[in-house]
Amino acid sequence: MKVNVDRHACCGAGQCVMLAPDIFDQDDEGIVVLLDDRPGEDQEHALQEAVSMCPTGVIWVDRSA
Amino acid sequence: MLRYRLDCRGFPHLEVTVSTETLPPYPFPMRSALEPPEQWAELRAQCPVAHVRLASGDSATLLTRYDDVRAVLSDPRFTRQLDAAAGAARVTANESGGVFASSADQMGVLDSRESHQQWRRLVGATFTAKRVQALAPGMLAKAEELLDGLTAADGPVDLVSAFNFPLPIWVICELLGVPESDRSSFGHWSDTMMSLSRFTQAEIDTAQADFAGYLGGLVASKRETPGDDLVSALIALVDAADPRVTEPMVIATARGLLVAGHETTANMIGKMLAMLLSDRSRWEALVADRSLVRNAVEEVLRFDANAGFGLPRFISEDLELPDSTTIPAGTTVVVSMASANRDEEAFAAADSMDLTRSPNPHLAFGAGPHSCMGQALARTELQVVLEVLLDRLPALELAVDPAMLRTREDMLVGGLVELPVRW
Repeated sequence: MKVNVDRHACCGAGQCVMLAPDIFDQDDEGIVVLLDDRPGEDQEHALQEAVSMCPTGVIWVDRSA
Repeated sequence: MLRYRLDCRGFPHLEVTVSTETLPPYPFPMRSALEPPEQWAELRAQCPVAHVRLASGDSATLLTRYDDVRAVLSDPRFTRQLDAAAGAARVTANESGGVFASSADQMGVLDSRESHQQWRRLVGATFTAKRVQALAPGMLAKAEELLDGLTAADGPVDLVSAFNFPLPIWVICELLGVPESDRSSFGHWSDTMMSLSRFTQAEIDTAQADFAGYLGGLVASKRETPGDDLVSALIALVDAADPRVTEPMVIATARGLLVAGHETTANMIGKMLAMLLSDRSRWEALVADRSLVRNAVEEVLRFDANAGFGLPRFISEDLELPDSTTIPAGTTVVVSMASANRDEEAFAAADSMDLTRSPNPHLAFGAGPHSCMGQALARTELQVVLEVLLDRLPALELAVDPAMLRTREDMLVGGLVELPVRW
């Protein structure tokens, strides 16, 4: 499983950081930074919430990777 | 007389001639301050692409389904810049057509996708989740101070004037660096920008000139004596000849953020508390289990039926909706995020409030590249407010029947006139 983000399309809402601070952060301009692209199972719920609540849909999880 | 193609489900090719006056007026009347207009469910089921008449008398196309609303908001081709010269509808009854016709182009940030993104990134630093969470202790202290004042006497007290407005004004003024003594005029300036038909063009022009004059003075004073705030940071970039930012852009940004940070959050605090207290089992569930606070805030944002106008988008090239309906170029679309948030296709038991709902991909802050910049700030404020009230006033209750709550009429952003409570 691998987490991916599209930094170019990110709008900097910060919702992912509020929901899953161990996986996501924001840079100086508010743009998403991936802290952990292979989070453990204990992060699964937070990750799913961040994916579904991202206003620009720029987070996706590749289950095969 | 204009010709309208009625493209409601089941009548895809029906074409009839109707005059604008016979179209349903939008926004629709609320059933009560907390209950959605009855038209939403009907339109989602039978007429998801509907024609309505705005306060200006112009017509627009109203979208009420989650998938359609999300698709339009997420499409970077379309913005809320309603250029009358290109044939866009006017939202408000005054000549200029309201905030959507005038504010964005003054900033120049909607000129292109690139300039908008550049502006967001410049201002975005102020609104990151971590910067905003770091403000929580200050918000809490201010909320405690307001509560000390209002609980000094016996209730009932109107929270709208004593708490809901003062707190978010304080927060946004802290961020922007507006001195506390200057904050009293914002309510009127903001009202003139958010009203659909209450003010004349002359009144609006006067208020906006006063507001612009005030902000010009603020920028000058920040140049002289910079502080640790957004206006100081932006004006320093202007003075360093940073090509990304100009002085009019700083003023327009400050104006937009003052209005957005003040009206929307203040109104939402009132609606949140009204929703949680009108069925007191909700409040009691939160008193008993604080871990519900975060999801409860998301659920009241989703459930808010009194969200106001929604957002306009000018459709500058043909748009195909998820169900293959085409919206022709030149159409002014209004998307109702509040109706989308009640769409049964998107949310199980959409008309029930569920404080444990998760995930909750509601559209209260919009979606896509223009989604609300202050959403982390608003979420944090709402969570802080709920926590402090649960702590300090667990016996809080409405002092009136929920049916007696009155909604603020004529505003782009919905809210309550008063919220009388006791504890």
